Amino acid sequence: MDLDPRLPEAPIEDMWRTHKEHMRLVGPRNRPNYRIIVVGSGLAGASAAASMAAMGYQVDCFCFQDSPRRAHSIAAQGGINAAKDYRNDGDSIYRLFADTQKGGDYRAREENVWRLAELSPQIIDQAVAQGVPFAREYGGMLANRSFGGVLVERTFYCRGETGQQLLLGACSALAAQIQSGGARMHTRTELLDVVVIEGRARGVVVRDLVTGAIRSHAADAVVLATGGYSNVYNLSTNAKGCNVTATWRAYKRGAGFANPCYNQIHPTCIPVAGEFQSKLTLMSESLRNDGRIWVPRTTGDLRAPGDIPEEERHYYLEERYPRFGNLVPRDVASRNAKQMCDQGLGVGPSGLGVYLDFRDAIRDHGKSVISARYENLFSMYERITGESPWSTPMRIYPAPHYTMGGLWVDYDLMTTVPGLFAIGEANFSDHGANRLGASSMMQCLADGYFIIPLTIGDYLSRHPYGDVDTDHAAFRDAEREVGQRIDRLVGVGGSSTVEALHRELGKLMWDHCGIARNADGLREAIQEIPSLRDRFWNDLKIVGSGEQLNQSLEHAGRLADFLEFGELMCRDALERNESSGCHFREEHQTEDGEALRDDVNFSHVSVWEHMGHESSPRMHKEPLHFNALPLAQRNYKT
Amino acid sequence: MKFRLRIWRQADPEADGEFVEYEIDGISESTSFLEMIDRLNEEITVRGEEPVAFDSDCREGICGMCSMVIDGRPHGPQSGGTTCQLYMRHFEDGALITIEPWRSAAFPLVRDLVVDRSAFDRVLQAGGYVTVHSGPKPDPNAVPIDPEIAEESLDAASCIGCGACVAACPNGAAMLYTAAKVSHLSLLPQGQPERYQRVQKMVDQMQEESFGSCRNYAECEANCPKEISIKFIGRMNRDYLRAVLKEPTDRRGPMGSQ
Repeated sequence: MDLDPRLPEAPIEDMWRTHKEHMRLVGPRNRPNYRIIVVGSGLAGASAAASMAAMGYQVDCFCFQDSPRRAHSIAAQGGINAAKDYRNDGDSIYRLFADTQKGGDYRAREENVWRLAELSPQIIDQAVAQGVPFAREYGGMLANRSFGGVLVERTFYCRGETGQQLLLGACSALAAQIQSGGARMHTRTELLDVVVIEGRARGVVVRDLVTGAIRSHAADAVVLATGGYSNVYNLSTNAKGCNVTATWRAYKRGAGFANPCYNQIHPTCIPVAGEFQSKLTLMSESLRNDGRIWVPRTTGDLRAPGDIPEEERHYYLEERYPRFGNLVPRDVASRNAKQMCDQGLGVGPSGLGVYLDFRDAIRDHGKSVISARYENLFSMYERITGESPWSTPMRIYPAPHYTMGGLWVDYDLMTTVPGLFAIGEANFSDHGANRLGASSMMQCLADGYFIIPLTIGDYLSRHPYGDVDTDHAAFRDAEREVGQRIDRLVGVGGSSTVEALHRELGKLMWDHCGIARNADGLREAIQEIPSLRDRFWNDLKIVGSGEQLNQSLEHAGRLADFLEFGELMCRDALERNESSGCHFREEHQTEDGEALRDDVNFSHVSVWEHMGHESSPRMHKEPLHFNALPLAQRNYKT
Repeated sequence: MKFRLRIWRQADPEADGEFVEYEIDGISESTSFLEMIDRLNEEITVRGEEPVAFDSDCREGICGMCSMVIDGRPHGPQSGGTTCQLYMRHFEDGALITIEPWRSAAFPLVRDLVVDRSAFDRVLQAGGYVTVHSGPKPDPNAVPIDPEIAEESLDAASCIGCGACVAACPNGAAMLYTAAKVSHLSLLPQGQPERYQRVQKMVDQMQEESFGSCRNYAECEANCPKEISIKFIGRMNRDYLRAVLKEPTDRRGPMGSQ
């Protein structure tokens, strides 16, 4: 497997500019001859589809929802980072780069991270030009707030719905292209295979979710913007439909899968309330700007939180990390919450929760200030739990949220399959072992607006257009395989529902490959997943056919892929015998319980290659180097 | 908790639909409405019946995908929220709950509780954008925006495109949706160059779809999960009037190589 990132030869701060100056271009007259498939319509997919269609390429964009605007980027709450330094507090491209690299625990490719930081100010400019109504100060200037893991205020926001506003911006740009004929939108359509011909990605096989029809689409390049795989845990903050299918299909067609064990458990989510819960709801990290996290100092303290006096409250983040306090990075906050609960200090009916308390902020700033910042989050919390954060602290607990792992890509965002690109959360490139808050949208939009529209041209210019169509045997074969698989799912005729099986997988993954992992647990999961997979294929019960809208069948297809993927995730977690970022191996921790990296043996990206159904996957390494920011132990304490 | 559910079942647009009654037991009050339907679907799947098809995705009230008329109200009895944010503690134990799809000529039924809302997308595509290509742009602080204006624009832009306004309207009008989209951009400096053309194109497209006309019932505002104000309809009407009184200009050819 060729894992050359194909870095341009230039100093890191000039690399992207130099690359742009020397890359091959497709001229405006030639662009309409090239067809590009974009799968997914979230921030990465919509911005890429809109940008490339506006340049003149013919773009086909696919989403499984009924409208592109419903992609799960819509749910991002808190904000988007940019190194604008509007607050004159010492921010710069270098500092955003360094924060991201350090936040990711030095497990990302630093050239990509630098480019991300470099492009961040442009994203804000682009969004404002589209009409994204960011929060403004009284003088009309853009407002900022702070997020975890940083010491500057560089986060731009629209109340608690920044994701919706940025996605509406990208989707409106896409709508303009649909109207003018540059882009075609295929809603309620799901990718079920990637077609590779003579070593190049040449199209996709999709299923029309309304009629069940299976169709092929040929193209000169395929871009996957299909998000992350947190739903492998069943319960996560992701939307119900989020899945690994597209990237997993690509993996099975030859794309390397990088760092699957890196998945972020977000510290501020509403705790689980019952066995049949369908999802976990995130409370924006921005709440940690004003909320104080604590648990009672003694176990078994059943008093109402308001009755517990100050000296009997353990503000454990403020005490352990005085410099960052409640704004430590997400992995650190999640692990500490788990430790408190493991010690029996957790609160709420399940004992799996900690308090996020606004009492002091309301006292210091007044109700109106806090209301302006968080009203929609407070009412969301009250709606779900029936408790008001104005009178009693929120209860929060970590939940799977974002996946840093994904398809391996080079500097041009191309996977190991030529012509197959991966952008946004679907790739692995920018966040290392842990993503800092307010940087997922930044990456999606940097990839979609500014990187892929150029790098794809460089690829296309080296190949003639339209030299394959859907009559090719490879499309027929892929369609047949997809059809057979659907028939197989419908025909199992067992007795277990897909939801019940997904709950089992979720529990297995959470117990053995969750906030903390160890070798024994991972080995156990690697043993158990195949037997659960067998049970799935022998005991699944689907009612209805494949030739209709059948949501259980859709879910079953996605779960079938999660049941394979989960095993790879555990293998990767076992192989990575160190703690880094969100990947916390209990065998590797400092005396006071912080993650202990092993830079000598694990300064690499782990990239997995599919070796067929009968063989185990093979792991390859892309070595990482640290020139712009030398390696250091993360320290959020002093 | 225990409930009786009367649910609209219809295999496809051509089939005859009917209400089918189900019973469900053992629901806790912290269960969400959609989780209750999930439970029901698991139970009837095990019995060998086809589960109830319904739309949902984010399950946190922002994607706008869920769409059920519950006891006669879009998104159910609780104001200011979507179906996925509705919890069973708001219902009485033993209640009979009637669940229907959005009912509007402009939203053809797909199956059971799933409808086709692509008419909304076509209204947006007609002009709901600022024409800008991706690339370097001026610094946004070069054009200061009064925070009150930005907030009002955001009030309009908070629309999640769920279609409850249409489902609630006795006429099936899409005025609140269209007005929210129009006002979001017409309030901002960035939306000014295309302001009048935008409102005209979007309103014209709205009329081409099978939406009804506005008679000021204000049911849309009362049922909007984001509580978007009907003042935006007045705003849109003023803009529309100005637009049609102006000399018509069609600038909407493809931009690009000129």
